[in-house]
Amino acid sequence: MQPKPTRDGFGEELVSLGYENEKIIVFSADLEDSVRSEYFKFKFPERFYNVGIAEQNMVGIAAGLAKEGFITFVTSFAVFLTNRAYDFIRISVCYNNFNVKLCASHAGVTVGEDGATAQSLEDIAIMAVLPNMRVVCPVDYLEAKKITRFITNEYGPFYMRLSRAPYPIITSETDKFEFGKGKIFMEGEDLTIISYGITVSESLKAAEELKKDGISARVINMSTIKPFDEQLVLDSAEKTGAILVVEEHEITNGLGSMIARFLSTKKPVPMEFIAVNDVFGVSGKPYELLEHFGLDYKNIYNVSKKLLKRKKSNSSHKKNNQ
Amino acid sequence: MLKTKVDISYLKKLAREMRKKILIMTHEVNSGHPGGSMSLVEIMLSLYFYKIKYDTTNPLWDERDRVIISKGHATPVVYLTLAKAGFFDENDLMKGFRRFGSVFQGHVYTGVPGIEFNTGSLGQGLSAGIGIALSSRYKKKDFNVYVILGDGEIQEGSIWEAAMFASHHKIDNLCAIIDYNKIQENGFVNEILSIEPLKDRWESFGWNYIEIDGHNFEQIFEALDAFTSSKGQGKPTVIVANTIKGKGVSFMEYNHTYHGRALNKEELEKALQELEGEK
Repeated sequence: MQPKPTRDGFGEELVSLGYENEKIIVFSADLEDSVRSEYFKFKFPERFYNVGIAEQNMVGIAAGLAKEGFITFVTSFAVFLTNRAYDFIRISVCYNNFNVKLCASHAGVTVGEDGATAQSLEDIAIMAVLPNMRVVCPVDYLEAKKITRFITNEYGPFYMRLSRAPYPIITSETDKFEFGKGKIFMEGEDLTIISYGITVSESLKAAEELKKDGISARVINMSTIKPFDEQLVLDSAEKTGAILVVEEHEITNGLGSMIARFLSTKKPVPMEFIAVNDVFGVSGKPYELLEHFGLDYKNIYNVSKKLLKRKKSNSSHKKNNQ
Repeated sequence: MLKTKVDISYLKKLAREMRKKILIMTHEVNSGHPGGSMSLVEIMLSLYFYKIKYDTTNPLWDERDRVIISKGHATPVVYLTLAKAGFFDENDLMKGFRRFGSVFQGHVYTGVPGIEFNTGSLGQGLSAGIGIALSSRYKKKDFNVYVILGDGEIQEGSIWEAAMFASHHKIDNLCAIIDYNKIQENGFVNEILSIEPLKDRWESFGWNYIEIDGHNFEQIFEALDAFTSSKGQGKPTVIVANTIKGKGVSFMEYNHTYHGRALNKEELEKALQELEGEK
């Protein structure tokens, strides 16, 4: 299967769900063409609203309809949906705990040429911090379909992060999506690489390179970011003794921060983090930008080696102290 | 002409009693928003004792009219009105208001029977009201949605996003009521950021505009009836209710410092005396 953007999986599955469930009502702030919610618009125009360029009002109306028993989807770019409508998401959606699904495409630097203003690198942090909100990010087109279906049938607020860039298809039709569970995509013993979205594919490539050096890395797709799979993280810390978190997001308060907080009380092990380091994005081609920000497999390979050195020196310290 | 007979002298008595209780309940917890509650008393009573459909034994009855309190800090008057309407025991409210462990949260909260939507950050209620009003189309139910807005609140840009949407989509079962008490936290609304000309603004946004004295029951009833008569014309309605912040207590009226401050013991005694003497 050719690489496809996760937004396509979302848009296509939403149409199937639209046939099955009359309670679904979809909103866009004039970006349904880009987010693929227009597929739903074409089939169910009476259950679709382009509210104009007004994200706050969109989220507020969706909350009102959800209060009355409808399942509402609000769609836009990640930057606009999460930042412009934040207070509405906080109060109208999360504090009320209404059945609103925030589905945002164009996350991360792989948006590409549009540059900093369009590249969402804060969304995971500001969505995950909200009580009642759950955060998911599909790893590919196929998983996007399954997650879209899951969040439709599960009550409450969700934030789903989607991509503009085509992602390699690395799951199969028959794989199951399990909410709250990470999945081991490659087994290994020397370290664990945890990621979500496009960087899972890069982590797998890096793990192949590491194999050539005789290093075996466990690679985990953590498509449920909140609540992330604590059991699997703990298991990985115990079995591999070193954790690298890779994310197309700011380094502050992303999945890496959440996992570090968790492990620091349960099972501290050497950790490294690959993320965007407190700067805005820039224009460029998607892969060029992944490389620029060190989110590509070569840097993941390099940082993995550095992490393994720390792990070794840690264990020799321990031995010396005994 | 009024559709149903309501004993206005009884409502006036209730209004006086509620004003006293607003001051007492905020005094007891030394917090809350008395000024903008005093201005809303007649409007809230008119909704619940004259206009809207509801069932206190089944607060989520699907045929009910919905009231969204967008100025979510007006809890004293809102909770008191719901108690008077029979949604819960007024003693529980007076004991629990703003206290730890009580459902009577500082800003309107859906844990309280009769409250439809949590608010407290200004500028959100009108959008919620639109969503609820739209739901009546899908449910094929004929209910109305009332959204209580503060005057300073309409300085929020989101109100105007919502105003545009409501007329564009011909949402005529939606009535916004602006408590135009002229005062916001730090002074006079029209000195801080003028919201005038209100009539021109709302009409140019495609709304029916009605302006009344928000302390005059007859005028409130007529305005509410004018809203429901206008249904079918495809226009949302805004009622601008001219009110007095701190209404009923001489030293509180038009004084912005009582927006978010409770009275001290001395002030409370003086205020209660004034309200006692009010005819």
